[in-house]
Amino acid sequence: MMEYFLTEEQKMIKDLARRVADERIAPAAAELDEKEEFPWELMKVCAESDLFGVYMPEEYGGLGGGVLEQALVVEELSRACAGVAVSYAASGLGAFPILLFGTDAQKKKYLPDIASGKKLAAFGLTEANAGSDAGGIETTAVLDGDSYVLNGTKQWITNGGEAEVYTVIAMTDKKKGSRGATAFIVEKGTPGFTFGKKEKKLGIRASATRELVFHNCRVPKENVLAREGMGFIVAMKTLDRTRPGIGAQAVGIAQGALDAAAKYARQRHQFGQPISSFQAIQHMLADMAIQVEAARAFVYAVAKSIDSGVKEFSKESAMVKVFASDVAVKVTLDAIQVFGGYGYMRDYPVEKMLRDAKITQIYEGTNQIQRNVIALELIKEYAGRK
Amino acid sequence: MNIVVCIKQVPDTTEVKINPQTNTLMREGVPSIINPFDMYAIEEGLRLRERFGGRVTLLTMGPPQAKDALREALGLGADAAVLLSDRAFAGADTLATSTTLAKGVEKVGNVDLVICGKQAADGDTAQVGPGTAERLGWPHTSFVRKIHEVAGGSIKLERMTETGYEVVEMRLPAVITVVKEINEPRLPSLKGQIRAKSAEIPAWTAADLGATPEQLGLSGSPTQVVRIFTPERRSGGKILEGSLAEQLDFLVARLRETKAV
Repeated sequence: MMEYFLTEEQKMIKDLARRVADERIAPAAAELDEKEEFPWELMKVCAESDLFGVYMPEEYGGLGGGVLEQALVVEELSRACAGVAVSYAASGLGAFPILLFGTDAQKKKYLPDIASGKKLAAFGLTEANAGSDAGGIETTAVLDGDSYVLNGTKQWITNGGEAEVYTVIAMTDKKKGSRGATAFIVEKGTPGFTFGKKEKKLGIRASATRELVFHNCRVPKENVLAREGMGFIVAMKTLDRTRPGIGAQAVGIAQGALDAAAKYARQRHQFGQPISSFQAIQHMLADMAIQVEAARAFVYAVAKSIDSGVKEFSKESAMVKVFASDVAVKVTLDAIQVFGGYGYMRDYPVEKMLRDAKITQIYEGTNQIQRNVIALELIKEYAGRK
Repeated sequence: MNIVVCIKQVPDTTEVKINPQTNTLMREGVPSIINPFDMYAIEEGLRLRERFGGRVTLLTMGPPQAKDALREALGLGADAAVLLSDRAFAGADTLATSTTLAKGVEKVGNVDLVICGKQAADGDTAQVGPGTAERLGWPHTSFVRKIHEVAGGSIKLERMTETGYEVVEMRLPAVITVVKEINEPRLPSLKGQIRAKSAEIPAWTAADLGATPEQLGLSGSPTQVVRIFTPERRSGGKILEGSLAEQLDFLVARLRETKAV
């Protein structure tokens, strides 16, 4: 890896995440994928190593880092298993709305347990009819006395069923469209809050993806995040901040695939020599390495820019997610090609990496939606210049 | 429970090369690590603290750079670390090392249990743990694979033997050496590593330990290394075939031939 001038603490975080990945996650990855089993034991390892706290302020028991620190962890974990990494990262996705918009009381109540890894968090926005068009949300929240009554079903929620703390977007005023959405903190165990079917997926199979079902679920008024009607802003600001994490996940998967392919190319002999001596293979490996390093540099740069406190970063956050996830799919595909027939077999790790990589082009906003965001920002910028 | 874990900094044996002329380790430029067996000792110390409360103090005898090993172990969650470092300690064999460590344990004070790895990956003697117990005048159990309980001033444990295991109970204070079957060492935590980075690690000298120079280092080491050599390879045996009488004839002839009888 190139020298990225990380601080001593950032290097320490990356090194420890790498050890967790190499020593604990990698040996378990294939079995977790096969069994589609939630990696509780590995979540515990991440918790004991303090990885859940890297992006949390120190006053809530974290280490005071930001988007970059979280990205470093996600990248390293993803090298070994993206399914484990997304379970880790999705807790951050659930926590960011509280971190960004929570009151002091809400932060004190929920963040320390998430920072220590004692509890996982999750984020509930997507529904059956509200994916890219988040305006189509049908889950409702109606104020009744001191609480809101939630009804509806959230779909494809990462960490669904496993997490203790959920940030959920529901419509408090359908007429107002996107200005009628509100964000709530909902705790597991709240009456009327249950979980639907667990999805069977192409990749990231260690992670839990499940429905959240609300049936006359009463959520106290003090669990509203920001204000009534701010739900979409909460969701968009959260996703702007977590998309570089998807980029980091993609970089990690791609690096894992490059590592595996380069190692294999040196071992595999055909025509009496290692296949790494053939230019056809060499150029593939070189192209993979170029893309991985470019994606990593981009992820770190955007993460650092966000952490420096810039106000507007929707465009860059979208760009880095698109770029890195496209890299991950291409690099994992090429890794399989380097492996040839063996790469297609489940005995080797690269076919899983392709299956895992694909989701990074889809979730947290499809790459098509990201391109819309980027283009819109561009047009706005150029319109302003005249 | 007041626990001392003795650790040793050793060359990373996966990186080490042997000088073919002298048959000794070529240590130059080889990275140092905590003796792998000591990782199990540290882990067991931390687990006992989690079960019974108390304190884990790390102890090592070595040059100033051995502080790196102590810092790494502090990152795993130990409470304190002490380096025993003095020119007078240099050249110590297992006897002088045991003496120095025992003095260190005495200076830590009020220690209930000393835990060591079963042996060091460089010297492989497995003598320093038991030796330290002898110098302290405490009982010891080596090759411990499980700790059952600590109660009423004694400890009950399982000791691995070649054919199985023994259950041993002994009074505290005591010394144990542990095998890798005893636990799975944890990874460090970030907060532990950050704490360890700035932790004060005192260095105690021979004078601090109140030891006389004759007991320490080269002068306190009766071991003499006369020669280091690779034992000659034994040639493969021969399996006798044929009837019993034929085998006997062959054997008697061979024994006479080699003047064995």
